[in-house]
Amino acid sequence: MHQEILNIVTDSVKQTNQLLKNKAPIEQGENCPLFGSNGYLDSMSLVSLVVSVEEKIEKQFNTPLILADEKAMSQKRSPFATVGTLTTYIEELMREVSHA
Amino acid sequence: MHKPVTLITGTRKGIGKYLAEHYVNKGHIVVGCSRSPIDWKLNHYTHFETDVADENSVRQLFQMIRKNFGRLDNLINNAGIASMNHMALTPLSTVNNILNTNVIGTFLFCREATKLMISKNQGRIVNFTTVATPLKLEGEAIYAASKAAVGSLTEVLARELAPYNITVNAVGPTPIETDLIKSVPKEKMQRLIARQAISRFGTCEDVANVIDFFLNPKSDFITGQNIYLGGV
Repeated sequence: MHQEILNIVTDSVKQTNQLLKNKAPIEQGENCPLFGSNGYLDSMSLVSLVVSVEEKIEKQFNTPLILADEKAMSQKRSPFATVGTLTTYIEELMREVSHA
Repeated sequence: MHKPVTLITGTRKGIGKYLAEHYVNKGHIVVGCSRSPIDWKLNHYTHFETDVADENSVRQLFQMIRKNFGRLDNLINNAGIASMNHMALTPLSTVNNILNTNVIGTFLFCREATKLMISKNQGRIVNFTTVATPLKLEGEAIYAASKAAVGSLTEVLARELAPYNITVNAVGPTPIETDLIKSVPKEKMQRLIARQAISRFGTCEDVANVIDFFLNPKSDFITGQNIYLGGV
């Protein structure tokens, strides 16, 4: 599942990059910085990324996820920091949903 | 040209039911919801039994819209409840119910609708305020306050969503002869109507007229506005 989610996040970052002057370096794979102190996304492009990822997850896994949930917003290290942290966070959410 | 997909909350009766019929007649695909089942049927209308303040049910409703229609053009946040009572005699459960339906419900639908609208880079959201707020109606403290919150939400969302070509506006009806005001004494209602510039009950047509204006594709430069009916 990790690779499938990573593909979704990567596709969504590529899509979001179209809105950005300074594009997130997606060639860095899971280390690609997204949001935060070293990030490339502003709040508007983060919204676009989240919407795109949620839509693709729902389509592929038939699971409606809310990425910006209480847990995400309260974590010391934001799940939106890099492609890798976001992928891992989505995996966690998917596991929680499947165990619910 | 695709048929516009329009979601209206609180369609079981009153203004919501009228708006469902109005937009079906205008050629929209209408999705509506209410807490209890409806006793009417309409072509091109899909109904959901949804509590607007229940996040999971709201998410399921939007999942269905995404699956079946793939888009959402218009959201009309009509669902609302009121309670006429002196504040000193208002139970906390009433306060919670009013805030949950009017504020939390409006917020949840705006949030989920936005996600569908952003992917198409367009959308129209219309919220419901009330003349009870500017008229500072005694006995309607929580209702008026909840709708003041909706007014504020409308103004801020208009700015947050403008980059995605989504407009967010509000309509503030005067009293209309629906269930919402059936428990208010007639004399009190007459005194209230006398405070309007145009002293008559509002109608569902009056409300639909303002919403038609907000939904009009030509209204893409109109956002963050709250239009009160009756000249309040």
